[in-house]
Amino acid sequence: MTQPATDNLRELYRELILDHARQPRHFGRPEHFTHQAEGINPLCGDKLHVYLNLEDGAIREAAFEGSGCAISMASASLLTETVRTCDAEKAVTLAADVQAMLGGETTGQDLGELQALAGVREFPSRVKCAALAWRALTAALDNTDARVSTE
Amino acid sequence: MSTASDRIDESPGTSAVEARRSDFPILFQEVHGQPLTYLDSAASSQRPLAVIDAVDHYEKHDHANVHRGVHTLSHRATEAYEGAREKVRRFINATSTAEIVFTRGTTEAINLVANSWGGEHIGAGDEILITWLEHHANIVPWQMLCERTGATLKVAPIDDDGAIDMAGLESLITERTRLIAFSHTSNALGTINPAREIIALAKERGIVTLVDGAQAVPHGPVDVNDLGCDFFAFSGHKMYGPTGIGVLYGREELLERMPPWQGGGDMILTVSFEGSTWNELPYKFEAGTPNISGAVGLGAAVDYLESVGTAAVAAHEAGLLRYTTQELEKVDGLRIIGTAPRKVGVVSFMLANIHPHDLGTILDQLGVAIRTGHHCAMPVMERYGLPGTARASLGLYNNREDIDRLVASLGRARQVFGC
Repeated sequence: MTQPATDNLRELYRELILDHARQPRHFGRPEHFTHQAEGINPLCGDKLHVYLNLEDGAIREAAFEGSGCAISMASASLLTETVRTCDAEKAVTLAADVQAMLGGETTGQDLGELQALAGVREFPSRVKCAALAWRALTAALDNTDARVSTE
Repeated sequence: MSTASDRIDESPGTSAVEARRSDFPILFQEVHGQPLTYLDSAASSQRPLAVIDAVDHYEKHDHANVHRGVHTLSHRATEAYEGAREKVRRFINATSTAEIVFTRGTTEAINLVANSWGGEHIGAGDEILITWLEHHANIVPWQMLCERTGATLKVAPIDDDGAIDMAGLESLITERTRLIAFSHTSNALGTINPAREIIALAKERGIVTLVDGAQAVPHGPVDVNDLGCDFFAFSGHKMYGPTGIGVLYGREELLERMPPWQGGGDMILTVSFEGSTWNELPYKFEAGTPNISGAVGLGAAVDYLESVGTAAVAAHEAGLLRYTTQELEKVDGLRIIGTAPRKVGVVSFMLANIHPHDLGTILDQLGVAIRTGHHCAMPVMERYGLPGTARASLGLYNNREDIDRLVASLGRARQVFGC
């Protein structure tokens, strides 16, 4: 079958995304954490938990567990890689920037590896999958023991 | 595309059904530069031109409110609306149009029974029996009723193939069982349930039955008198009609004794501040101005299905289901979920370790529309320990080329995921 569709798919399922989906980093509930939140996408059943260990306003450790599609798993895995040594304040800004990027806004920010998630912009129904972990991160940093839903 | 297809026998008349594909204008388009392959009729079927035109004609020439004014348009609208009711009555072989209540769909029909009949007949300690195969629409209204009344919801088990375990079901019937509510066919797995057998078990014990027929009516002949159920619910949009219109069939004797569940215009005979009296059946259950154009479209869908022939539709889809199953079984790493001996044209599956949601996106890029997820039947998914499945479902317009495209797109998905 032909090209344009395939190009979009290649953009969405980049090697980096597939790699993180197959082998998610920092996966599993850590023994010690100070902040956490659950994100669920009721439409497709994606469910993940983000765990953070904060000290003096800085994230010292980030982990997640859950199940979902390749996009939501890869996004969560990339999240833990990016924020595991990061000021909490900076993480909040980053979460907003990533969600803006997923929504198609150009922020001018260099998001590094996270730029790999930009492929979802061509797939409106998948933006929620990529955003789920980031919404959970924001909720965890609010320290409300929250549950966020995409709906 | 496939030569294997030649090995399958199909019933006569099948090619005549297939030719009806041209009645569905929406199917002749490209999606992402690929010809549309629509395999999601269990979620919502497409409309033939005859239905689109009937609604269009009604809107352009006949619309007014029903059962009210003396003017010509109101008379025409009423004729059209009540004409549709008679078509539905004949289609499912109900005894009288008093037994045909128009609703927004299957969900509202079941909620009507849960509220009206349930409110009168279900009390603390009573039991309602459903099955593991149910769609959320045939679970949640009963849960809500149980919470209100202190009744208990029991769930009949299914086996690994996705068929109801009849011994298990029978063992859950007690002297407190007041209602058995079950789907005629499963939307998630395609299983055709032994409706007659379940109804017989219920009748012997004086238990009321409700059949969720949303996935049965589009796929073959249904005769409510022959089935002997007390209630039967279905939707217009799964049987080539419009959305927002559905039907509750109820035996007149039961409907007669049930209180209205919504109040308003049309359902009353007289209203005064001292009290009101209720209109006769079926109007007692149709408060407010109904979905008139929806009913007109539903009536046209009934005419359409009758013109194609429900038995011919069933034969065509059965042949195509055999072909679909045979071709999907050849795909490496594909596992079909739901392998009951009797099925309608619904095939749920998993492909390798690809999440159904990812599969849905890849297939969409290749023009193939399938449903992915839990299919509003989360307990079924839980039964198989799955977050969801990919589901291809057939309509009368589908053909082998659609299936060949599906199979080709699954190969492409494996490439994308490198598995």
